[in-house]
Amino acid sequence: MSMSKSIALSAILLANICISAHADDTNGLGNHPNLGAPITENDIKPWDISILPDGTNLPPGSGTAEKGAKIFVEKGCNACHGDGGKGGNNPALITDKPLVGNGIEAAKTIKNFWGHSTTVFDYIRRAMPWPAPRTLSDDEVYSLVAYILAGNKLIDDKAVMDAKTLPQVKMPNRDNFIIRFPDRI
Amino acid sequence: MSKLIKGGGTRHFAQDDVVAGNGLLHRRALLGRGLVMAGAAGVGFGAGTTGAGAEPLKEPEWSRYQGTTVEPIGRRTKYEKNTVRTLSNPNGEPRTQHARAPLHMLNGTITPSHLHFTILHNGIPDIDPDQHKFVIHGMVKNPKVFTMDKLMRYPMVTRQTFVECGGNSSPMFSKEPVQANLQQLHGLVSNSEWTGVLLSTLLEEVGVDPKAVWMIAEGADTAAITRSIPLKKALDDAILVMYQNGERLMAEQGFPLRLLLPGWEGNMNIKYIRRLKITDQPAMTYYEERNYSPVLPDYKAYRFYFINEVKSFITHPSFGAKLDGPGYYEISGIAYSGTGRIERVLVSADGGKSWADAAVQGPTMHKAFTRFHIPWRWDGQPAVITSRAIDDGGNVQPLRADFVKARGETMEPIKNTLAFYSQHYNSLTSWGINAKGEISHVYV
Repeated sequence: MSMSKSIALSAILLANICISAHADDTNGLGNHPNLGAPITENDIKPWDISILPDGTNLPPGSGTAEKGAKIFVEKGCNACHGDGGKGGNNPALITDKPLVGNGIEAAKTIKNFWGHSTTVFDYIRRAMPWPAPRTLSDDEVYSLVAYILAGNKLIDDKAVMDAKTLPQVKMPNRDNFIIRFPDRI
Repeated sequence: MSKLIKGGGTRHFAQDDVVAGNGLLHRRALLGRGLVMAGAAGVGFGAGTTGAGAEPLKEPEWSRYQGTTVEPIGRRTKYEKNTVRTLSNPNGEPRTQHARAPLHMLNGTITPSHLHFTILHNGIPDIDPDQHKFVIHGMVKNPKVFTMDKLMRYPMVTRQTFVECGGNSSPMFSKEPVQANLQQLHGLVSNSEWTGVLLSTLLEEVGVDPKAVWMIAEGADTAAITRSIPLKKALDDAILVMYQNGERLMAEQGFPLRLLLPGWEGNMNIKYIRRLKITDQPAMTYYEERNYSPVLPDYKAYRFYFINEVKSFITHPSFGAKLDGPGYYEISGIAYSGTGRIERVLVSADGGKSWADAAVQGPTMHKAFTRFHIPWRWDGQPAVITSRAIDDGGNVQPLRADFVKARGETMEPIKNTLAFYSQHYNSLTSWGINAKGEISHVYV
């Protein structure tokens, strides 16, 4: 449905249930309910943890592989992902296992599959550790990211990961994706 | 109507009702031919009921006493206690939980809410609707926050649609057919009637920047599940749903608010939605970067698959059932398409050598389960039944050989039906029936 069609449909729905026009007409949508309260980006910030692949919204802070190695044990990451991130009940984070040659069922690893380094930060910060997500500090997340990327030899052992350096890490499989339905985007 | 032929000793059908190999009958062999069939029924309806073995009818015990007391929430009969979902993680260990719908035991098109499939990553959150907030921000003129009581005042729409996990039917990628029932093979799809507010209504109110292309949706669940969704879809038919099958959402389905993207992979239908960020680029979240990017035979991978394409499978009879001797059976199943309305379903009883149109039960709806039926006279010989759906956009469910050529199959036969080997399977499902009436899963 096009934008104009959806507006038309909304207008019909509104007419049908006889909602009276709201006083707020700032968008030129006088017949809209307009029941949302204004909110500033600053007030949304505590929830806004979306990281874009170009690094947009990466927080201040930094971390290194050396610190990450300690945090990986302290926070119990090894309980699920194995010692050194080599795999346990849950997937290996640091592994050279290739995609090619292992069939369509090949294990997709950070090194052999993931296209963007920023995804590693976004996912760890949002969803790990599994029993207590969003409890790590941003420095801790940067350190864990550095630990995983360095372990996979995607960055130097001594490299500092921060909002500037992380998006520059090139992931080996980045260019091996085909957009399935380009006309849907 | 031409001459009648003997139907496995149980009933009679007109010769010209046979429309495809191995005894498939015209889809309207019963409907609209009442007089003829009434005559045929007089000849011998019901297997072996010549009247000789019947006992005189008696008043059954349950008809003679006061029954149990009606309760505020209805209860299923104890005789249906086995019609349940199967659980991948029944003890709630700290990993994902899947519940698969018993599609082979249901009929019609609506999946009861309590049997609807679900996948939860950190258990079911307990969200107080009075405190839940939903915010739209990013590339918008006026960021807004909505409470549930305000959202409930918006004009609502109601529609049926299926929701299907992008990883549903993963066992179908196995090199050899996995001997498993429909629930194990395809249990991560269900169909409901949903009610809520068109997302486009809210997007108009916040004023989306014309340069924006994507929206990043995020849930209030512990895992804060997040996906990037093209704004095109948001403006097409996305709904913020609050009701499922007439009642407020079940907690496991996203109470109090869920994003519904009709026809698109389940994981994108963000439950417990609390935030939409409008952007000019996708976030490349874990689920689009890794899980729902299927690997292809040449080791490239599809990204942004999104759509659950046209698909069908036979639910009756299916694996786990046993045919009770030669004679009349109805073949019935489910067809659906993430791009439109089901227009035709073809059924074969001879492994794809010949096909006949099944009756497509109307009213058919866009991106919703459609039930198909076709009568079948099984002659007691080995048969292979399968179905193939076509939607109103002319999209045809691919044959297995073509599908496997494009999408691949596993190197070894798979053993674990709970694992996800690839995503977005929409080729055929075929049931082999042997002379004893036993049903196995086969490829054709």
